Amino acid sequence: MALSDSRRNLLKDEIKDLQEAGLFKEERIICAPQDSEIEVSFPLGAKEKKVINMCANNYLGLSSHPEVVEAARKGLDHRGYGMSSVRFICGTQDIHKELEDKLTDFLATEDTILFPSCMDANCGVFEAVLTEEDVMIADRLVHASIVDGMRLAKAQQDTYKHSNMDHLEKKLQLHEDKRLKVIVTDGSFSMDGDLAKLDKIVELAEKYDAMVFLDDSHASGFIGKTGRGTHEHYDVLGKIDIITTTLGKALGGASGGCVSGRKEIVELCRQKARPYLFSNTIAPVVVSGAISVIDMISKTTERRDKLEKNTEFWRKGLTEGGLIIKDGETPIVPVMLFNAKLSQDFAKDLYEEGIYAIGFFFPVVPKGQARIRTQLSAAHDMHHLEKALDAFLKVGKKYDILHKTKQEVIDMYGK
Amino acid sequence: MSDVKEVVLEYVQEEYLEEDDDIEVTYDTPLISGGIVDSFSMVSLKRFLETRYKIQIPDAKATPEAFDTVENIMVLLKEFGVE
Repeated sequence: MALSDSRRNLLKDEIKDLQEAGLFKEERIICAPQDSEIEVSFPLGAKEKKVINMCANNYLGLSSHPEVVEAARKGLDHRGYGMSSVRFICGTQDIHKELEDKLTDFLATEDTILFPSCMDANCGVFEAVLTEEDVMIADRLVHASIVDGMRLAKAQQDTYKHSNMDHLEKKLQLHEDKRLKVIVTDGSFSMDGDLAKLDKIVELAEKYDAMVFLDDSHASGFIGKTGRGTHEHYDVLGKIDIITTTLGKALGGASGGCVSGRKEIVELCRQKARPYLFSNTIAPVVVSGAISVIDMISKTTERRDKLEKNTEFWRKGLTEGGLIIKDGETPIVPVMLFNAKLSQDFAKDLYEEGIYAIGFFFPVVPKGQARIRTQLSAAHDMHHLEKALDAFLKVGKKYDILHKTKQEVIDMYGK
Repeated sequence: MSDVKEVVLEYVQEEYLEEDDDIEVTYDTPLISGGIVDSFSMVSLKRFLETRYKIQIPDAKATPEAFDTVENIMVLLKEFGVE
């Protein structure tokens, strides 16, 4: 072994530091397919427990849907398990092109290129398209994968205050001399569940001749009246230059992502994006499942409509019950607890009640803004949500935080 | 207290603090190491100083340390004849 004990201790110390800082993440073991009810073994080795899942990105409830599973199985039979190649050598099958075309139609763009994940899409696109003469101006709350993608690019980076359009305009003026300017935003922000002001962003982009980049991972499939995403919600279909999104959330939940948008941008990604060029092609089984998902949600809005109703019920129930939630309209509903320990204790008590949800605290969210992030799914039926709501209110009552103001909760538990 | 120092502090407060932030930024508050300004957002501070005082700060001098507090920024600006 080349790693000496003394060097190994450096790594051990780092892990210990994470544990001592309360930043060490433990994985819960799920012993069932992804669904609204799952069997969980936690802590590791504990007896499996059936719980209602309130923290999956399974927005449309398609992760284990029989039609999707069947389509994936057929893909396995007809196109095999793996391709043992990147796309441009011998890794592009007819179904990869079919899925790219279907995504182009669904997202109402000009062209689409698949990536192994949306993380890879975000890490590849800026570097492939932009030069040092360009600038990326990002909302300060964009996803970590975008931050990494921006770091890899040669273009200059700047930020604007979260959803603050005056600030964004000042930044566009500040960088008016750049060759290309790209406004960078998430569609639905994953920690707060709010939507970017995409109509205003497009207006500013047109005024200052800038491009718009949108990561719609937490919106594709269910935001907008036919689920096309944040650009449909704001009636700016066709006006977004770069959309990145994932197949790993609402769109079947397996894996994979894409860049969809102007055909020149997609072509530059195909020629130059390193995560595309140097990663294996998406497995046929995943591609086949994703095609069936796009077909299904293109035919009917039934599932996103159910999700919308579930979201309304959940937001109303929590608010009327006296818990503080972040305002919004998306199925990401953060229950605000402000104090990190309270968020952990609350989640633990929920688990005892048969509800699986996770507490988030600094550094994942800013200090003093600890919360339990709940996520709705079309797989939830009313009896799931009623049981979950009862549990949230029961635990809320235990900690005496129902019908209290933010300041009152902070006075009781600190921040 | 110089006007420059006050101008820089005001810019930092306006540029980096949100309305509901209850953080107080003073001349020696660590901005970058304190998590108030991230490395991406530093670029607007550099550009502000360059435009306002008609100077060019080479990238090699625009380090996180040099921008970490208003006091540090004043030391940097002094090198360019701004004080």
